[in-house]
Amino acid sequence: MEIIVCIKQVPDTTEVKIDPVKGTLIREGVPSIVNPFDKNAVEAALQIKAAKGGKVTVISMGPPQAMDALRECVAMGADEAVLLSDRAFAGADTWATSYTLAKAIEKIGKYDIIFCGKQAIDGDTAQVGPGIAEHLGLPQVTYVQKIREVTDTGMIVERAIEGGYEVISVPLPAMIAVEKSINEPRFPTMMGTMKAHKKQIPIWGAADINASEDLVGMNGSPTQVKRVFAPERRGGGEILQAEDEAGVCVLLVEKLREAKIV
Amino acid sequence: MSELIKGSAFLTSKVSPDQVFTPEDFSDMHRMVADTVASFIKEKVMPVSDAVEKMEEGVTVGLLRQAGELGMLGADIPEKYGGAEMDKISSFIITEQMTRGGSFAVAFGAHTGIGTLPILYFGTEEQKQKYLPGLASGEKVAAYALTEPEAGSDALNAKTKAVLSEDGRYYILNGTKQFITNAAWADVIVTYAKVDGEHFTAFIVDRNTPGVSIGLEEHKMGIKGSSTCSVILEDAKVPVENVLWKVGKGHQVAFNILNIGRYKLGVGCIGASKLAIELAAKYAQERQQFNMPIAKFGMIKNKIAEMAIRNYVNESLCYRTGGLIQDLVHTIDLDAEDAGQKVTEGFQEYAVECSVAKIVGSEVLDFIADEAVQIHGGYGYSQEYMVERIYRDSRINRLFEGTNEINRLIIPATLMRKAQKGEIPLIQAAMKLQEELLMPMFPEESDEPLAREEQAIENLKKVFLVVAGTAAQKLGEKMIREQEILGRMADMVCEIFGAESALLRARKILNNKGEAAAALAIKMTTCYVNDLVPRFDAWAKEVIAALEEGDTKRTMFTVLKKLTRFEPVNGYALKREIADAVYKANKYVVVV
Ligand SMILES: Cc1cc2nc3c(=O)[nH]c(=O)nc-3n(C[C@H](O)[C@H](O)[C@H](O)COP(=O)(O)OP(=O)(O)OC[C@H]3O[C@@H](n4cnc5c(N)ncnc54)[C@H](O)[C@@H]3O)c2cc1C
Repeated sequence: MEIIVCIKQVPDTTEVKIDPVKGTLIREGVPSIVNPFDKNAVEAALQIKAAKGGKVTVISMGPPQAMDALRECVAMGADEAVLLSDRAFAGADTWATSYTLAKAIEKIGKYDIIFCGKQAIDGDTAQVGPGIAEHLGLPQVTYVQKIREVTDTGMIVERAIEGGYEVISVPLPAMIAVEKSINEPRFPTMMGTMKAHKKQIPIWGAADINASEDLVGMNGSPTQVKRVFAPERRGGGEILQAEDEAGVCVLLVEKLREAKIV
Repeated sequence: MSELIKGSAFLTSKVSPDQVFTPEDFSDMHRMVADTVASFIKEKVMPVSDAVEKMEEGVTVGLLRQAGELGMLGADIPEKYGGAEMDKISSFIITEQMTRGGSFAVAFGAHTGIGTLPILYFGTEEQKQKYLPGLASGEKVAAYALTEPEAGSDALNAKTKAVLSEDGRYYILNGTKQFITNAAWADVIVTYAKVDGEHFTAFIVDRNTPGVSIGLEEHKMGIKGSSTCSVILEDAKVPVENVLWKVGKGHQVAFNILNIGRYKLGVGCIGASKLAIELAAKYAQERQQFNMPIAKFGMIKNKIAEMAIRNYVNESLCYRTGGLIQDLVHTIDLDAEDAGQKVTEGFQEYAVECSVAKIVGSEVLDFIADEAVQIHGGYGYSQEYMVERIYRDSRINRLFEGTNEINRLIIPATLMRKAQKGEIPLIQAAMKLQEELLMPMFPEESDEPLAREEQAIENLKKVFLVVAGTAAQKLGEKMIREQEILGRMADMVCEIFGAESALLRARKILNNKGEAAAALAIKMTTCYVNDLVPRFDAWAKEVIAALEEGDTKRTMFTVLKKLTRFEPVNGYALKREIADAVYKANKYVVVV
């Protein structure tokens, strides 16, 4: 099995403070971590590798510091890692990001499963995994909470839906985005940590993956973040109670009159 | 590093900041090791800490096994015996981080340190192959049984006897060991007995050897989740191939291992100290009294700052020592036959630094734990809050691995031996100083940051030489009976090494990262030296008053006055700034 896992380095949101005046996140001094769902993705990949053999490659698009996140995944047991880092990649939205990752996956060439986390905890879009699948023309299953079976040609997985799950059979290669409940990611071992720090991890730029300059980074992003803000707190609602529906209607009309709405 | 720095050389010579190792020199790998162990404690140990404290069956042993699977038990063990074979700094970092886990850290420390290392460093190839893989993986748990009811500090006074069986295949051991950590769940016990009642010898004893039994658990003040029992040996038949090292050479094993144990204890205290500072800083900012967070009160700020400063000093001296040990171990061919003895000789070279780490680490942690409770007020006395446990758990550190009194005796004794052997030029330095002191002194003027503090520390080294020189002259061989003086000499050595390590670290940050990054380290060093000089001066006077009389005494006081002349700065203001930095970070910080 050739497995590729896409991971992202994110600020540890459990440590993020909110600027009380500006209402924005204070990122300064906040430690960076591997996106928690991506660790579940790495764990899923490592479990399949343990059962069926093969190779696990982790890739990440990000600034040079994202190398730390890749090393952590190698310390967990991933065999190879590639960092996609280029000034041209800066400012990418989910479309450009998934295009870039897809180009890197094309360059790697051999793959049976592409794992992603359900979403990144900083952007919370859950769009990059599906985007990769679309760029590569692969089937995809999102919100995977359990892997029931893996064969050389397909997988049977459980996909979480509200109040239950679907059982889906998907041919390989495919993109699988995983839920937190799928497994408990292992800790990196001390041996793995040492190995990870001796490992040469290649850095690929736009040219290395044959990505078109127009389609990566800011240039390739149809969406742009205009403003980040904390939404204003809304006042609590009020529940009107009476004997029956008619009674509630009377109360409601009274309230609306008081508020001079009717 | 081109040339190794000799043990205790700091008393008579100066080194430059880039010759000392500091936590700012940790590699990315070191940081990842620290993070991994910290997460292990947070995610695996803390959720079951109540069960650990109650000694629920299998919990601690289960955690040890998990740590083993992750390679955390095998940092010091070569790969060929199933270890992770890490550099020494990594091993020390693991030790530091583990102490956030309370009692579990004690089980971990006894297992990986005093339990495993005797076999690693003194075992035969067969013994290593037999025991180390299981100890590295955590499938087997180790204990170290040196103390006896009548042989505590006086460890060589062991009453346990070993007699060779008639067929020459076994030693028959009889005796009782007291206060043995991990006893309840140990599979392998390294212990000591006198062969024929005379030759002090180390043995590896398997727990299931007939004749070995374990006493009841002690009801302890703290570290309640660690096991402490007596180990009773009644005609225990230990195969002769389980003699560890050589018959009659048990003291070499015992004392060398204790050096390492002492150093690791000092490093371990850093982790618990940082945790206590974190908890106190967070609590102080949340707790409101008189309509404001108690964090804003001057006395609370002063406490928080003092906690940070002392931890900074201990951390600086511990990792400086760690760097020395690491450099020395690098020069050893770890595959060679005698690698183990070479490593322990290395720790022996830095025996003074190891004892300093033990004393300072345990006393700093006790201070910090105590103030952390105080900051929590009545809530700090309640088991609802973690500082209550930290306070109780802290106390043991001043007792085991050689009480702090015993460690205070080791320091001057080791220095005297090194001086007599010519390993450090203590006597020459004292003589040169006598001439120097007769001349008028002109302090060097300099605008460099910490120049005043550097000068002050150099002068404190001279005060030490004056005091030690006078004691040696007046008392000669009788000095070993004057424990009060020896104790003060040890205090002085601890302070010199601590203050200088703090200063060198601040300078190193300044040189490598600039003024803004070094600001906090400079403030902490400044405060520490500011408070140290008068304390040191008082100690020196105390000793001189005990040794000299009349005119000589007065002349000596004049000399001391010259050496300890130091204009104090406004420590209150600096400490407020230090406390504010801790509040802002919500934890102990050095580089901001
Ligand atoms: C929880 C716990 C765990 C332990 N774990 C282990 C273990 O795993 N293995 C092991 O072998 N031991 C262990 N010990 C034993 C520990 O190392 C001893 O308790 C310690 O060395 C002190 O010995 P003692 O208790 O007999 O005190 P004593 O030696 O009787 O000391 C009593 C007091 O006298 C002082 N004193 C003694 N001699 C001198 C002197 N020459 N000059 C000045 N003052 C002196 C001491 O400093 C102390 O203040 C443990 C102890 C405890 C409490």
